[in-house]
Amino acid sequence: MTTLSDPPKEGFRLSQLIYDTRYRSMTIQVVALIGFLVLIGWLISNTAQNLAALGKEPSFRFLTDPAGYDINQRLIDYTNQDTHLRAAFSGVLNTLLVAFLGCITATIIGVFVGVLRLSKNWIVSRLMAVYVEMFRNVPVLLWIVLVMAILIESLPPPKAFRGENATSAMMLNDTVAITNRGIYVPEPIFGRDAKDDKGNFLDEPTGWRVGLGDIAIGANAEDGSCKRYYATEGPGAGEPDTGCGTFQISLDLMAVLLVLFGGFYASHRIKTRADHIQEATGERPTTWYLRFGVVVVPMVILLYVLGFYLGYPELKGFNFKGGTHMRNSLIALWLALSLYTAAFIAEIVRAGIMAISHGQTEAAAALGLRPNRIMSLVVLPQALRVIIPPLISNWLNLTKNSSLAIAVGYMDITGTLMGITLNQTGRELETVMLGMLIYLTISLSISAVMNWYNNSVKLVER
Amino acid sequence: MSDIGFVRKEMVPEQEPPASTTGVIGWMRENLFSGWFNTALTIVSVFFLAMILMGLVPWVLSPTWKAASLNECRDILHEMGREGHYAGACWGVIRDRWVQLFFGFYPADLYWRPIVAIALLGVALAPVLFSDKVSPKLFWFTAIFPVLFPWMLWGGAFWTPLLVVAGFVLAYFVYSYVERVASSLLALIAAILFAVIWFVWGVGTVSGVVNTSLGAARLDGQLEQVTTEITRLEAEVARLDGEIKTAEDAVTAVMEAGDSARESGGDAFRTLIAEARVPRNVLGALRAEKGIVDTNLSHLKSYKRRMELLPELVEKLPGLREAAAVARDALPASVSHVTTEAGLDKFKTRISDEGLDILQDDMKALEAVLKQENEVRFTEGSIDVTYADAARIGLRPVESRNFGGYMLSITIGVVAIAVSLPLGILLALGRQSNLPLLKSLCVGFIEFIRGVPLITLLFVASTLLNIFLPPGTNFDIILRVIIMATLFSAAYMAEVVRGGLAALPTGQYEGADSLGLNYWQSQRLIIMPQALKISIPGIVSSFIGLFKDTVLVSIIGLLDPLGLSNAVRADAAWNGIVWEIYGFIALLFFIVCFSMSRYSMYLERKLHTGR
Repeated sequence: MTTLSDPPKEGFRLSQLIYDTRYRSMTIQVVALIGFLVLIGWLISNTAQNLAALGKEPSFRFLTDPAGYDINQRLIDYTNQDTHLRAAFSGVLNTLLVAFLGCITATIIGVFVGVLRLSKNWIVSRLMAVYVEMFRNVPVLLWIVLVMAILIESLPPPKAFRGENATSAMMLNDTVAITNRGIYVPEPIFGRDAKDDKGNFLDEPTGWRVGLGDIAIGANAEDGSCKRYYATEGPGAGEPDTGCGTFQISLDLMAVLLVLFGGFYASHRIKTRADHIQEATGERPTTWYLRFGVVVVPMVILLYVLGFYLGYPELKGFNFKGGTHMRNSLIALWLALSLYTAAFIAEIVRAGIMAISHGQTEAAAALGLRPNRIMSLVVLPQALRVIIPPLISNWLNLTKNSSLAIAVGYMDITGTLMGITLNQTGRELETVMLGMLIYLTISLSISAVMNWYNNSVKLVER
Repeated sequence: MSDIGFVRKEMVPEQEPPASTTGVIGWMRENLFSGWFNTALTIVSVFFLAMILMGLVPWVLSPTWKAASLNECRDILHEMGREGHYAGACWGVIRDRWVQLFFGFYPADLYWRPIVAIALLGVALAPVLFSDKVSPKLFWFTAIFPVLFPWMLWGGAFWTPLLVVAGFVLAYFVYSYVERVASSLLALIAAILFAVIWFVWGVGTVSGVVNTSLGAARLDGQLEQVTTEITRLEAEVARLDGEIKTAEDAVTAVMEAGDSARESGGDAFRTLIAEARVPRNVLGALRAEKGIVDTNLSHLKSYKRRMELLPELVEKLPGLREAAAVARDALPASVSHVTTEAGLDKFKTRISDEGLDILQDDMKALEAVLKQENEVRFTEGSIDVTYADAARIGLRPVESRNFGGYMLSITIGVVAIAVSLPLGILLALGRQSNLPLLKSLCVGFIEFIRGVPLITLLFVASTLLNIFLPPGTNFDIILRVIIMATLFSAAYMAEVVRGGLAALPTGQYEGADSLGLNYWQSQRLIIMPQALKISIPGIVSSFIGLFKDTVLVSIIGLLDPLGLSNAVRADAAWNGIVWEIYGFIALLFFIVCFSMSRYSMYLERKLHTGR
């Protein structure tokens, strides 16, 4: 007869911490933690000693000092009397602007090139292959300075638009001017007061700020630098200090966005309702005009109420006035980043389409679908699942690469906070850390949103 | 039965396919003109291609290789009847400056060193790149190359790289000894501790001892050698001066002829300008040569002076030290805590801020003591430097600020790539491990690095790294950049390797465990070979990315090719050159990156063994 016997009970010995796999992992982790903490402590103590020797106590007080430098391309009001914080905020908006524009164009170009690279047309597919290899194998910084040089060297100066025998002309019915100082496009303006009595533009039409009035956040009316803010229309028109503060929120913009989102939401509801009707009766009501109207009509009414019109660029003296001025630095950065990232996106799209098994295409063809419907209904929806994760990482790369703006003088967060602010205040530690934190936040939030989207389109397996 | 009129008894001979489906025409019908859409695409792209080529080809084919300035280029193009801004490229700038674009300000007489180093890089890479064709014994060379490469470029005494290698060898011995007597975990900790101690203190101490003893022994011989060398160089300078004078006379003669010809104008003047190019080039070459000789001469002279002063300094040092120590002891307690100049400044602000009551005389005494101590430090430093110079058997050192051009990009790229791969593998293993603490440390590091742009890390390298390190450390900017680039690349590498690890079926891990292999054995023998094979395309593309990213160092002021392009344009002769230099730099990067991507495709095909 056999009896079950436990292994002999042993007390815990110290050597088990090293030899016993149950405890060894604890030992390793504790050693790693101690090593890490020692390293961090060593770095911090060094930093403290060095900063004390330099006579700089870490502090973020410089953020509220006047910046004293100009930002030529900006989305919000800013003068050189504003604080470093506002300059940094302006820089963040510029980073986001170029990243947003770049992601859109890069994706469009990339999808286009990726699809054409798979074309049966020999010459087209070769051309696209050359494009991809050319852009992928040369540093993006080189492309940025190269595109900048092309813009400056090959576009006409504003004076070429002047006089009887002008060598250049504005495009699209005199609304867009492409010059070597940048591109001038019409500008949305709310309210008709942006021109003075003689019909001249105010020296700088400021778009949304001239509308119903802006709400100030973090207002500080005692601050001297605040006096220049005033609203030109609305309840606080003409009064200095109204609209004074660190940040303003434009009521006009809010209203536009609200109506836009409302329109899309209503349109979505109409679609859901049509789906329900189709499920129940088998017939789908025609809804396109309703859906179109719900978005467009309220928008048109709102724009009319707000007094919306377009400010066109005009040649005044030696330069163009009015309109939105997109400087060369912005255009060069945008173009170079888009073309560079598009080369990578094209490869991703190509790989994604090629990853769909041929049987899918053949089955769709056997069902009698036409080639473009095969692409849009069968191949692309499946390819998207393969394409989206690397696409997101390329968008992230584009956003990070936008920090190279400093090479062409576009004032993004690297140019403002980690560039001029750093040089003027000598606060290396604070500015660089803050800048890194901002990039980290942007990157992590983009990838969080995109991961959420990715999960929602993921293949649901049984 | 006889309704069937005709029955074929033999096969009809095969006919040629219709002409429209074979040959060039058939190919074109198939690939270019199958359907109206394809035809339209073809026409549009041919038109597009023709536009680009018509603009580009005449511009590239411009015979301006010999021009010495932008104006000469324009003259040459003008002579050919080509006018306008884009009449042709000015390739003279590449002929004039390609050496600088490759080597930066590296001393011209030492160009052989980077060339040999890069040739040896090829040898070191051969066993890695073409493992089936090259003997695996070469791996020994690959292993020591990471030490050899910086030594060839930066120079210095031959024992410095040996001491570095010795560090790794000794650490290995420590590991195997402790493993035998204790356990592998303890052995790992001991080896790491030993390596840290060795590299922080050991190398400096040993080389200091070697320098002092060897330097004292070699001093007289060096002095003699330097004296003869100085005499030789002075003779050389005299010779060059004579030749420069002759060349200058020749140039002046042509210029004067030019002045008289200018009045007559026309073709005679142009011929003269073309003729003047030859003596002017000769003159430029002579001046450049004299510049190199002059620099060497002044180096040697100052070296000689230091060697002559050395015995005196050595004699003086103990006295100085003693005097400083005595003076420091004599300081009153109220001020004796101040030991550095920076401390003195801070102390002064404290006095004024807090209104401390310090006697004027005490302050004066303190300042005098600090001055004495400074002198002691300075004397010690100059003695050390002179001994190190005299003792150096090896290569002449080159300072980092002379590094530049494509050589700098390759240096940063090669070192960062070589170090980031093992680091990335370790990070990936950490991220995949089941030790939660280790895992979260690795995840935090990887996500942080991947979340910020490289340029911010380079800002850290250029401004912050010295703040993070112990006071007084001020190490080389190129080394700092390499460290940050390595960390950056390692995080991306870790993600690529992690993809490979995740793609392996669990059966492989379980199989390794069931064979009784421990963690490192199973990683080395089973997991890594397969995981790395899967991740080769990703690894190579992050290599390419890293190499391209080395251009960013131009933003923090290092002189890589892009940084040098501004220096070239600052020259009056080439002011206004844009496309030629950018095109040349782009070509340099394209060649390396494109070949890397082709190699990765070749490797993928080669390693595609089954499955």
